[in-house]
Amino acid sequence: MEKSVDELEKDQRELIHVLHDVQEEFGYIPAQAISQISKRLKISESEIFGVLTFYKAFSLKPRGEHLITICVGTACHVRGAPMILDEFERKLGIESGETSEDNQFTLETVNCVGACALGPIAIADGEYHGQLKTREVDKIIEKLMNTKRNGAD
Amino acid sequence: MEEYNATELEKIREEISESRKKRKTCITICGGTGCHAYGCLKVAQAFKDEIKNQGLQDSVDVRTTGCHGFCERGPIVVIQPKGVFYQRIKLEDIKEVIAETIVGKKIIDRLLYVDPRTQEKIVREKNVPFYKKQKRIIFGNNGFIDPTDIRDYIALDGYRALTKILFDMTSEEVIEEIIASGLRGRGGAGFLTGKKWEICHDVNSDVKYVICNADEGDPGAYMDRSLLEGNPHSVIEGMIIGAYAIGASEGYIYVRMEYPLAVKNVTLAITEAKKLGLLGESILGSEFGFDIHVFRGAGAFVSGEETSLMASIEGKRAFPKQRPPFPAQEGLWGKPTNINNVETWANVPLIINKGAEWYSKIGTRGSKGTKIFSLVGKINNTGLVEVPMGMTLKEIIYDIGGGVKDNKKFKAVQTGGPSGGCIPAEMLNLPIDFETLTKAGSMMGSGGMIVMDEDTCMVDVARYFLDFTQQESCGKCVPCRIGTKQLVDILTRITQGKGEEGDIEKLEDLAKTVKDGSLCQLGGTAPNPVLTTIRNFKDEYEAHIRDKSCPALVCKELIIYHIEPEKCVGCLLCLKNCPVEAISGERKKVHIIDQDLCIKCGACLEVCPPKVSAVFKYTGKKRDRILKKSSQKSKK
Repeated sequence: MEKSVDELEKDQRELIHVLHDVQEEFGYIPAQAISQISKRLKISESEIFGVLTFYKAFSLKPRGEHLITICVGTACHVRGAPMILDEFERKLGIESGETSEDNQFTLETVNCVGACALGPIAIADGEYHGQLKTREVDKIIEKLMNTKRNGAD
Repeated sequence: MEEYNATELEKIREEISESRKKRKTCITICGGTGCHAYGCLKVAQAFKDEIKNQGLQDSVDVRTTGCHGFCERGPIVVIQPKGVFYQRIKLEDIKEVIAETIVGKKIIDRLLYVDPRTQEKIVREKNVPFYKKQKRIIFGNNGFIDPTDIRDYIALDGYRALTKILFDMTSEEVIEEIIASGLRGRGGAGFLTGKKWEICHDVNSDVKYVICNADEGDPGAYMDRSLLEGNPHSVIEGMIIGAYAIGASEGYIYVRMEYPLAVKNVTLAITEAKKLGLLGESILGSEFGFDIHVFRGAGAFVSGEETSLMASIEGKRAFPKQRPPFPAQEGLWGKPTNINNVETWANVPLIINKGAEWYSKIGTRGSKGTKIFSLVGKINNTGLVEVPMGMTLKEIIYDIGGGVKDNKKFKAVQTGGPSGGCIPAEMLNLPIDFETLTKAGSMMGSGGMIVMDEDTCMVDVARYFLDFTQQESCGKCVPCRIGTKQLVDILTRITQGKGEEGDIEKLEDLAKTVKDGSLCQLGGTAPNPVLTTIRNFKDEYEAHIRDKSCPALVCKELIIYHIEPEKCVGCLLCLKNCPVEAISGERKKVHIIDQDLCIKCGACLEVCPPKVSAVFKYTGKKRDRILKKSSQKSKK
């Protein structure tokens, strides 16, 4: 009896690792993955759902083609991050945490990326844009759109 | 690579130092996340290529190191052994650096740091005011070590403390040494590290764990990340020593997922340490065995709390647990567990190497050693600073940090992250240690130090922090879950000009309930930003509530943007940049903002040329006068 409980614990401890892997592979956690993980790790689907919705790293919806992350850490906040976020929301027509209807852009916030000297910062598809001004927001979005076009060509 | 015993490790250490002597000159490039964002990787590669092109690879070393701390000036390049300090290096500077400084032994003036106070150009890193007053016993090696090469750490006495404890000290002696040093936990609470180890050591159990808490969640604090990224072996060595002391055989490093470089470097460091026999079974040929796993967090602030962190490693939601039983008694999977923060672990090898007596001479009576702070916000020299405990806030902010940005007036410094508080200008002479900060209503926390100037609204700051803790509350306790929500709602109302008489008292009352009624320290400390801002900046709250004005001109609902007619030269810049076409006017004629259309994005203020400076923000009575005038005009 004790042995089987031990085994169960070992399974549960893999859950967050597995969720990380799935998130990285697909960009979100598909419903199908939840039922597969449930079978493999012998954890109920509701339990998995509880864990994955608790953590910010996991998403149940796919992200857009381009990911824009705005740092809203304290240092960036006092340097005007809210204005930058507002501008991105306005320009993209979505709120933070949402994906645009055409699936082009996902806008997210992060609590701190620890590059405070460069605040306020936006990270667009992995590229850091530091000491941002609201009027530079347009250029960042435009650049991302062009990247896509070039990529398709 | 092969597994070493203690004698072989010493031999290898000598060999490495010997081989390093041949290549006397070493170009070090800061490779911390800050400098990464500035593009340091391209700079490092260009240096390597150019050294090769010039055929200098046998006499000159190029090394990408850990974070040097002075993020404001990145990318940073330091040329050893003399310590020539070049800042804000661009790709086009590299050929010149090699030709002039490496080959010609000449200094390039324009790449030097200029002391803004004296206008003096400073050549050596150690003479830069930012570094001069620091005491970098933990963080200093970052600048010399390539974190991806274990040999760099070994060359600088790495894993010597480990040899010492494995072969010359009993576990009790190690604990005694750490207690005698006076080291206290750097994660925030400041519990005596040696005592914590002793409690765990005394519990009888076949399995014990040690954990390194690297879930650095405080926004604006990044010293733990820089240590893990820049000198991961110092943390690993500390953990092995701790595991030996308490009798643990397995360890975890719980790293925040937002720190991909730290995860990468520490994982590589563990692999390298294993290959050399510094981790695994019979470490360095001794009878002691220990292994470390890296666990990536999944983005929940509450998992920095120790019981939540353990729940997270177990694969569950990061809910905190009632204590007692303490983790030292029943921790991870119910086994005795010792958990310390990154910086605490990095202190351990140093104490063993240099002795508790040496260590305890640094700092104040109750707080020994140094503390790394991340000095950020409205400060001239943003970066990581390591200072002895007991240094005053003033020395840190003005002597090291170079004062407030753009010559603005200092308003407050926020320490301790979302759990801490705001310390006003009157208290700048406060010597920093665990006790004094707590007395000031704030706390040490993990070491974030956010400087705020006259343009920072303290009510907005309180709202910001409460919004943060409210979102991060795990939801287990009612006072935290609902209390923080109510606090945010009231604060938001105040910042929108909908504050009412009695709101301040309501906030204070509610804050007390949240503090007293929450299980873990997330809720227990969440009201601190509200309480300290009310205590020290009550006039700002009153201005928001009574006069519907925001003195710092931050809260959108309480301000307007206005173009002063006598200053406007009619250059059309603001008009062209206004995203909602709220500005009307013609060339060489005064421009006017339509207040009904304006979304207060600030673009007009940003683009108005500094010489003209015609755009202003107004609040309170002045705002009301302008609004009245404009509505009269539009009626006409």
